[in-house]
Amino acid sequence: MPDLAHKKKPIIQCRNVTKTYVVGDHEVHALRGVDIDFYAGEMTAIMGPSGSGKSTLMNLIGALDTPTSGSLLINGEELSALSSDQLADIRNETIGFVFQQFNLLGRASALTNVKLPLRYSRKHITDIHDRAEECLKMVGLGERMDHKPMQLSGGQQQRVAIARALACSPAVILADEPTGALDTKTSIEIMELLVNLGKQGITVILVTHEQDVADYAHRQLRFRDGQLVSDERRSS
Amino acid sequence: MKIKVAFQSALESLITNPLRSFLTMLGIMIGVASVMAMMAISEGAAQQVDAQISALGANNLTIRPGADRRGGRSSGAASATPFTDKIVERLKQESFAVAVSATNRGSVTVVSGQQNWQTSLYGVNTDYFITQAWQTTEGRLFDEGEEKSGRAYAVIGQTIADTLFEGTNPIGQRIRVNNVPLEVIGILEKKGQSNFGGDRDDIILIPISTARNRILGADPTTGKHVSTMEVSVTDNYDMALVQSQIEDILRDLRRISPGDADDFRVFNIADFIRARSSTQATFGILLAFTAAVSLIVGGVGVMNIMLVSVTERTREIGLRMALGARKADILGQFLIEAIALCFLGGLIGSVLGIGAAKLAANLGDFPVNVSMSIALIALGASVAVGLFFGYFPARRAAKLNPIEALRHD
Ligand SMILES: Nc1ncnc2c1ncn2[C@@H]1O[C@H](COP(=O)(O)OP(=O)(O)OP(=O)(O)O)[C@@H](O)[C@H]1O
Ligand SMILES: [Mg+2]
Repeated sequence: MPDLAHKKKPIIQCRNVTKTYVVGDHEVHALRGVDIDFYAGEMTAIMGPSGSGKSTLMNLIGALDTPTSGSLLINGEELSALSSDQLADIRNETIGFVFQQFNLLGRASALTNVKLPLRYSRKHITDIHDRAEECLKMVGLGERMDHKPMQLSGGQQQRVAIARALACSPAVILADEPTGALDTKTSIEIMELLVNLGKQGITVILVTHEQDVADYAHRQLRFRDGQLVSDERRSS
Repeated sequence: MKIKVAFQSALESLITNPLRSFLTMLGIMIGVASVMAMMAISEGAAQQVDAQISALGANNLTIRPGADRRGGRSSGAASATPFTDKIVERLKQESFAVAVSATNRGSVTVVSGQQNWQTSLYGVNTDYFITQAWQTTEGRLFDEGEEKSGRAYAVIGQTIADTLFEGTNPIGQRIRVNNVPLEVIGILEKKGQSNFGGDRDDIILIPISTARNRILGADPTTGKHVSTMEVSVTDNYDMALVQSQIEDILRDLRRISPGDADDFRVFNIADFIRARSSTQATFGILLAFTAAVSLIVGGVGVMNIMLVSVTERTREIGLRMALGARKADILGQFLIEAIALCFLGGLIGSVLGIGAAKLAANLGDFPVNVSMSIALIALGASVAVGLFFGYFPARRAAKLNPIEALRHD
């Protein structure tokens, strides 16, 4: 499957994407012309030194931020042509985010956290409660639904975040250093969870600094100074 | 915007942060409480004035001898030529007159058995019962024949009945007023305090001819003198017009040459009360205005805390946006938070304000009137304040850039 994956229609396309931040009177070129296609069902790991533009790219792909130049297409749709409401809907329906710092609502239960994206969905999900429970069970937290983030371990919190990312059945999960705040053992559990999601057909794109985490992916991209320097597929 | 979600998110965030919620609505609570208390008190006062006016008869004109008092000079009523029965009869013929009372008043000592008491004695004609709306609770009033023939009858106020007769039935009993024996034929129904503070039930009414002939004495020049007249005017007559008509009639009867000043005064007591109460009303408006200002200050307080809260919750807002909230969803959530807080603050404030007014009423012995409509207006006003002062922070939240909000720390 990985070998054939790139022959299919890409789900995300980056065309000569640049991102320049202006800080005071000098410019920071976070991305300097990036061309990548991401294919449905392919798990991709993005690596590279700190400051090489990995997070910047993730934010652009996730429709959270807009490029300085170039174009981004999700499912063939040009993002720069969309309104802020349409971008919100893409973030809701197509993308699921997993953050390094989990980003859960601290005062809300695990269940309420998972419900958040479901509530904002325009798809008239009839049973938000059931769906949220189902997602928490999928990540193995069926017994911890009423726990607040404070009452959960880091790995469990990241599971809640993954359940939340899964809630609206996204095509793509974007995980920026999902194991960055976790120990090795917990990292392995989280990675296995993500690999499993990949097997179910979800396109998982993750950023990591660790080679053994990246080795879970079918495809490894390397960045340096805002540019793509290598793009390798695993053949096994 | 998904209204239900906005409500859900707003209420969840209010409940999970009770201290912040309480502090936010504190200003509104105090504002509404003071509006409610002020309004209840000034409404109560206004109602009391209305009651006083209607008790007096809003359509009554009082006529007294003596020139108008101006510039501090008083040409005392006592020294002025009194009116006469003739003038009273003349005024009764006018179509505007429902009744024309004649009164001679004096301070007397009344004795019954061992008890004696200082009180006011009114020698009155029977029209006085109409102009003053007197009725009896026991016994009866005297009629016109009895008044004209000068019967030794007395109708006594409740206070006199209570003081002199303590439980025994006064009807048919004798009292001595300045040593003149009178028979009690009726007890007046209780009227309570007058608007000038006097006890209106501390009174004895007797036929005016009896008063003149036997107790208060007659005026040597006119014989059948009357010191005060009161005219009840038919509804729908213009009081000012009637007043000047009466003045013309009296000038004519009392032969006052054109150009000379009146030697009597015609006035409307209701006007005095209204004038007095209008100062109270001005004061009430001032208080209500102060209260409204505090409501606005409360609103500014809500805005401040909401703005701080938006800054403090920037990451949460960014997260919600990353999860698919549209700008309108965020706007709605924060707007509803502000409105809900103001509504709740208004509700608690209303209850506190009404409670405070009732407490003040109990301690200070003045009337309050809590009207449902004012409570509703206060609630409406707090919702409006929430909408108005919540909009700015809510819009600020909605305008945040998702990625910048998410990175905020
Ligand atoms: N909001 C911003 N304003 C200014 N400069 C920024 C901003 N965000 C990122 N940068 C700069 O852009 C470059 C790329 O940053 P980015 O966060 O994408 O790096 P990264 O590859 O994710 O690094 P790390 O591995 O440390 O997370 C860096 O030089 C960074 O300083
Ligand atoms: Mg990064």
